[in-house]
Amino acid sequence: MASVTYEQATRFYSGTERPAVDSLDLDIVDGELLVLVGPSGSGKSTALRMLAGLEPLDGGDIMIGDRNVSAVRPRDRDIAMVFQNYALYPQMTVAENMGFALKQQKVPKDQRREKVLEAAKILDLEPYLDRKPKNLSGGQRQRVAMGRAIVRDPAVFLMDEPLSNLDAKLRVQTRTQLAELQQRLGVTTVYVTHDQVEAMTMGHRVAVLKDGILQQCDTPGTLYHSPANRFVAGFIGSPAMNVLDVDNDGAPRLAGVEVRLADGGVEPATVEAVGFRPEAATLADGAPLRGRIRTVEDLGSEVFVHVQIATGDATSEQVDVVVKMPPPFAGQPDDTVGVQLTGELHTFDAEGTRTATTSAQFVA
Amino acid sequence: MSSEVVGVGERRWVNGLLGLAAWFVGALYFFPIFWMIANSFKEEAVANADPTLSFSPTLDRYRDVTGETVGLLGFSEAFGNSIRVVLASTVIVLVLAIPAAYALSIYPIKKWRDVLFFFISTKFLPLVASILPIWILARELDLLNTQRVLVILYTAMNLPLAVWMLRSFFQEVPKELVEAAEIDGASLFGQLRSVILPIAGPGIAATALLCVIFAWNEYFFAVQLNAADAQTVPIWVTGNVSTRGNFIAKLSAASVLASLPVVIAGWVAQKRMIRGLAMGAIK
Repeated sequence: MASVTYEQATRFYSGTERPAVDSLDLDIVDGELLVLVGPSGSGKSTALRMLAGLEPLDGGDIMIGDRNVSAVRPRDRDIAMVFQNYALYPQMTVAENMGFALKQQKVPKDQRREKVLEAAKILDLEPYLDRKPKNLSGGQRQRVAMGRAIVRDPAVFLMDEPLSNLDAKLRVQTRTQLAELQQRLGVTTVYVTHDQVEAMTMGHRVAVLKDGILQQCDTPGTLYHSPANRFVAGFIGSPAMNVLDVDNDGAPRLAGVEVRLADGGVEPATVEAVGFRPEAATLADGAPLRGRIRTVEDLGSEVFVHVQIATGDATSEQVDVVVKMPPPFAGQPDDTVGVQLTGELHTFDAEGTRTATTSAQFVA
Repeated sequence: MSSEVVGVGERRWVNGLLGLAAWFVGALYFFPIFWMIANSFKEEAVANADPTLSFSPTLDRYRDVTGETVGLLGFSEAFGNSIRVVLASTVIVLVLAIPAAYALSIYPIKKWRDVLFFFISTKFLPLVASILPIWILARELDLLNTQRVLVILYTAMNLPLAVWMLRSFFQEVPKELVEAAEIDGASLFGQLRSVILPIAGPGIAATALLCVIFAWNEYFFAVQLNAADAQTVPIWVTGNVSTRGNFIAKLSAASVLASLPVVIAGWVAQKRMIRGLAMGAIK
């Protein structure tokens, strides 16, 4: 078991303009489950493959424990990896797949069998040990891939979107099992996903990447409540935060309605955009920010109402906000409603950096 | 005519006609082989007379061509030579081509396109244009009339083809598997043995078979460089051409015997080979 450190780690693919991973600094403590999340092309998989040794570093270093592994071959890094498509050896049985790494380490046969059995017990794979991968379901294959990683007892687990090939229900189940297993084994884990819900539910900390640059790395709660910038604010949370550009004539205005900030330590004239979560707003008849209901998503325990704000100007861009309402909700599409803030509002400057989180009111 | 667009083969009579044409072409191709087999069971006199299918079959011609005559190239010697040369060159081709194909597909080296082009460019020169230097080299190196010279030449002849074929088969191996094996601690050789070879097996078999066929049938080098000793089956076949008397039936029998190993090997490997070739063709 070990910590993992990225120090200014950089990877350039030839023929591209910007690095796939740009000067990444990241400290992952021993036993932590860190999730790398971002949209496609954000460099999250590349960052993981750099740690695996499958992508060379074009700059910086990567440490596992206090050993600099930047120039160490993947097979000598003491890591185990779970691939998105599982990469099970098709001609080997489940047991052979799981024991392959031990066989390479010249572990005696009976010890090997013992370890494979142990892992198979943990993952409920005992009945399938003699099957070939092609005779397994997707979920079973995923567990074999996990088993192959855990029998090795490595310093670090690397997981590259390990759940993305499972159907939605199984994905949620396996997600919990995986998190439990990681907790139990206490092995440092770096987990890549594009799914922010997966990231939030599994990660002790979540590192958000965009265009090869680390945007923010923090606990799920902090990412949610104090996003570093517009990108993180919009990426984390489902449905996404309402992040809206504002006009500013000394005070930020949204569709002509002033966004009056409580004293949040930010100069109102510098506010270029504001953001608020669906649950930080409510619909109220008298509220000054008016709009038309576009759709109502009733999930049973909560209702998300999509409101198109009336800008009073047919040529300007449409502004949509999502508001979370408690059920039952009586409103219908095309009803005219007002939006009122009840919770925190984030302000962003011209660079998209969050400048403050404060309470605020829409004032006509 | 309806305004509907009807493709070729969608009308029954068109289909029937095309089928008939296919059978006709197939028969056209097979007829010489059929005639060779028929002739091989005839008496020389019958084989050289007007073509006929009514004859009493005999195995005498097979006895003639397999009988050993002192001082002449015998059947068993020629087959022995051929088998040794063909197997040795094919084994060497695979031993060299598998690592080369790996380096051109799984983790491609820089300039892999140039390397591939170099390989195939060696096939651009007509053999006959290179035979004189090859012959002189062989003479200077004391390789004339040896099996070794044929092993070397057949290896050189088949290597480019084998590298090209194997490369396309290796590209079918999912890269994650190789990466998983690397992370699992397998050495380069271990990755090749436990991941790549099992998946690319049919392709390797197809490649080997093609090398065997090309080497087995090779005549030009064999006759130019091995006029006296270490002669192979194709030379033995032509050895049955005689200036005295008729030889069509004997030649047919010899040709049938020479074809059999390849036909049998092809038959056995048919399924794998078609899969292998198709796999390579799609990519």
